Amino acid sequence: MTQHAFYFDGTRCTGCKTCEMSCKDYKDLDRGIAFRKVYEVTLGETSADADGCFTTSCVSYPLSMSCNHCDKPACVEVCPTGAMSKDAEQGLVSVDADKCIGCGYCHMACPYNAPKVDRAKGHSVKCDGCPEFLAVGEKPVCVKACPARALDFGTVEEMSKKGERGNIAPLPEPTYTEPNLYIKPSADAKPAGDMDAKVANPLEVM
Amino acid sequence: MENGFSNLSRRTFLKTGGALGALAVAGGGLSATDALFGEGVAEAHAEMQEKVTWGHCAINCPGRCALRVHTKGDEIMWVDTCTSSDADFDDLQPRACLRGRTYRQWANHPDRISYPLKRVEGTKRGEGKYEQISWDEATQIIADKLKEVIGKYGNEAVYLAYATGVSATTSRPFHRLMNLMGDFLGYYNSYSTAQISCITPYMYGSKGSNGSSLSAGEDSKLILVFGSSPTETRQGGLTTHYDWVHLRERTKAKIYMIDYRMNDSIMGHSDGWLPINPGTDAALVAGIAHYLIKHDMVDLDFLHTYCVGYDEETMPEAYQGKNLSYKSYIMGEGYDMVEKTPAWAAKITGIPAARIEELAQEIGTTSPLYVTQGWGPQRRSNGEWTAWAIMALPCLVGQIGLPGTSNGVRENRNSPSLSSFPAGTNPVKTSIPCFLFTDAIDHGPEMTSKNAGIKGADKLSVGIKFLVNYAGNCLTNQHSDINKAHEILADDTKCEFILGVDTVMCDSIMYSDIILPDLFRFEQTSQIATGSDHGYVITGTACTSPKFERKTAYEMASLVAEKLGVKEAYTEGKTEDDWIKELYETSRKKDGELPTWDEAVEMGVYTRRGKPVVSLKKFRDDPEANALATPSGKIEIFSEKLLQFTKGWELTEGDTLPGMDTLPAVPAYIPEWYGVETTTSEFPLALSGFHYRGRIHSSWGNIEQLKDVNPQEVWINPADADPRGIEQGDKVRVTNQFGVIELLAKVTPRVVPGTVAVSQGAWFEADANGVDVGGSINTMTTQRPSPLSKGNPQHTNICEVAKA
Repeated sequence: MTQHAFYFDGTRCTGCKTCEMSCKDYKDLDRGIAFRKVYEVTLGETSADADGCFTTSCVSYPLSMSCNHCDKPACVEVCPTGAMSKDAEQGLVSVDADKCIGCGYCHMACPYNAPKVDRAKGHSVKCDGCPEFLAVGEKPVCVKACPARALDFGTVEEMSKKGERGNIAPLPEPTYTEPNLYIKPSADAKPAGDMDAKVANPLEVM
Repeated sequence: MENGFSNLSRRTFLKTGGALGALAVAGGGLSATDALFGEGVAEAHAEMQEKVTWGHCAINCPGRCALRVHTKGDEIMWVDTCTSSDADFDDLQPRACLRGRTYRQWANHPDRISYPLKRVEGTKRGEGKYEQISWDEATQIIADKLKEVIGKYGNEAVYLAYATGVSATTSRPFHRLMNLMGDFLGYYNSYSTAQISCITPYMYGSKGSNGSSLSAGEDSKLILVFGSSPTETRQGGLTTHYDWVHLRERTKAKIYMIDYRMNDSIMGHSDGWLPINPGTDAALVAGIAHYLIKHDMVDLDFLHTYCVGYDEETMPEAYQGKNLSYKSYIMGEGYDMVEKTPAWAAKITGIPAARIEELAQEIGTTSPLYVTQGWGPQRRSNGEWTAWAIMALPCLVGQIGLPGTSNGVRENRNSPSLSSFPAGTNPVKTSIPCFLFTDAIDHGPEMTSKNAGIKGADKLSVGIKFLVNYAGNCLTNQHSDINKAHEILADDTKCEFILGVDTVMCDSIMYSDIILPDLFRFEQTSQIATGSDHGYVITGTACTSPKFERKTAYEMASLVAEKLGVKEAYTEGKTEDDWIKELYETSRKKDGELPTWDEAVEMGVYTRRGKPVVSLKKFRDDPEANALATPSGKIEIFSEKLLQFTKGWELTEGDTLPGMDTLPAVPAYIPEWYGVETTTSEFPLALSGFHYRGRIHSSWGNIEQLKDVNPQEVWINPADADPRGIEQGDKVRVTNQFGVIELLAKVTPRVVPGTVAVSQGAWFEADANGVDVGGSINTMTTQRPSPLSKGNPQHTNICEVAKA
């Protein structure tokens, strides 16, 4: 198997969401469904002293993330019908709509907010890594969309040379599911597991 | 067939396609479906083939990125862009932003205009009640009203409103039409750059009115960015978004971004954020100048050789010995007689005095220094002077015209030059500042050169009676004080006729008497040239056939021209496609590098790598041979011309420094009318606007898919939110003397205490109580213009915020 992986360059990403919207358009996703989402993490304070002068400890950074097509995908593990599976050739995790009963276990189990049950469709939906593009030597639509060139996709050998595996807050420690997401963190970024680094834009990513 | 398909939703259409496909496979090919469905199936199959066309975004963002529109059966399936899997960071690809990727939603929006419409008799403008009429009737009404207004009031009563929804080489069809009818009232300024465009020529003359390219910043050691977010204001993949990311990665310079808001261009690199009170940049510059003077760090050789007005030595003769120089202003020897120490600046800007001194020390000892500004700082009541002060900063240390420097103006843009549709000549030279069009409707004849910036005449002889609004949302939504604008526009005894042309029903177009349905530029042949660090030309062809009764603006103007008896003069016997090709051939004669028309169509996107541009390099090299177009030929830090031009102007309190009866002729700090220094107990917070990724101005403000992930929010610091009991995600109301808006709270340390921020461009939507639940900042902005340019000070506001 040639495991494939995403790469995220946190020094380039500006949080613009072009990746997310290009995916939504190409995949024709309904409102409320996004396979790739952009998280804002903001910490610290900006305050004024008695003279009205500011001090700031504020840091803020974006994280663009879809399914990480993990080595140990929690969604596959909990799926009661075998609808969720990891393919043997590319290592991509996808859902078989015919087998899925829409129970939502995958959604609850995934630490990366990737699968979601589309109530209109009656089954779970998620990023499938655009295998049709992969088949013709192309990259997923989100990667090619990025105006800042902050995303990449390729074999795990290539991507792992560019960054560190899944190590950015607010993600959990990568040891849990072994995500195929490699990250070059910005100066602001906190490591995975940092309890202060919380999602600052919950309305935009849920 | 066309109409049948266009009435299907995409989902129904896909299902139909899927069923046909399945049948074809099950039955062994086309013959089976032929047997089932009879003739026409082969044609249907042909239409189901995927087609891909190039197009370009045409909205008011200079990105104007490439669109790669995938269609099937004359319907848009999805919108890709100029991209490839093997692209390197340095490869030039004008990739569309998140908004460009949602064009399918806009093109198929339920509010898309499909037929000529007429306001229903007995309804008021703004109610939005329309009935479908024929093209013949619509164009006849327009022609009749135009002739009637010209006959009754003269050509000065005809006005083509400021509108920026369409940019292409042939996107000004109505100017040509109106010129053929004699003339019309002109306008100057824009809603983006009124203040900075006004002040820059006073200082640098027309020649030096651009900054250096962003790429020139790569050679810098220190980059100061005042009120600019290159990634949010121009989001595409070969415009300033990309240029900024590229610069940030390649330069070794320390970067400071001076902004009241930690904008998205700072994200990930927060140590460069220098939070400042909005509208106080000129005070910061003054505090820095004071330190530089005190510590002998100003470049006197440069200031005396290349500039006038820094100190007595280079003051124009008539103004010598009067303490009117910039140095006199800074040292408290003239003007308001206040010494502009860092401690003085700290109280105003919110930047601690020690930090100002540290920054000044860094500025005084680091070169090259690259100073740039966005268009946020200037869109204010004191914007002319704020912009001017930022430009003066690099002059103080001589960091002008050298590698790695910029002159404090917004970055230069490289673009191939394409000829545009000839608009003809307008014999009426009278023009108004575009921001004052509602005044010109309401009380035009009271407007003079001394009180309203009327140019080309001492006063207006008549108000605006016939208005064309082509692809614009500036009648209300993007204008100021929407509630007041409504009152003026709704009264059809004032402006007697309004023609609106657009793709969807936005707030402004609902003030039209007649509405005509436009096509997108990617639904027709269209060409555009643009660029930032690098230039590009996009040549697009129609992705789908014109649906319903939509027409190109050129065609609709031709139809009106026919009713007016000037069709031949208008078209010169050419179609729009003929014009586009002919204009392109004209451009190619001047620029031999451009590809042939056929090549341009084939490639869709032509890119041209730009070289770094250093502003004022020639002037720096030889200031005499390359003198600036200012009266002195030098950089003017004191402008005699400004004083002369504004002599006798009627000023309102707050327009100038206390005790002065003229506008300041140096880049002084003037407190805003509605700013951090002029909040009240009723409205204790300053309110400023900004560009939001989900829209460019109001464009895309109706696309639900974008709104879902880019909610309309007011940014409020926890220090202001906590005492008001406001938490993240709460629905809140923002109130001031002009109106009330309702939106969500984003409680964040990314905005300074004492100021709240609302992204501009959300669609106005009044509920039964008059509360704008769309959250448009212009419900809360004033129609009072800034003093010199008579521009829109839409970031100058005060307010109170409370839980809804």
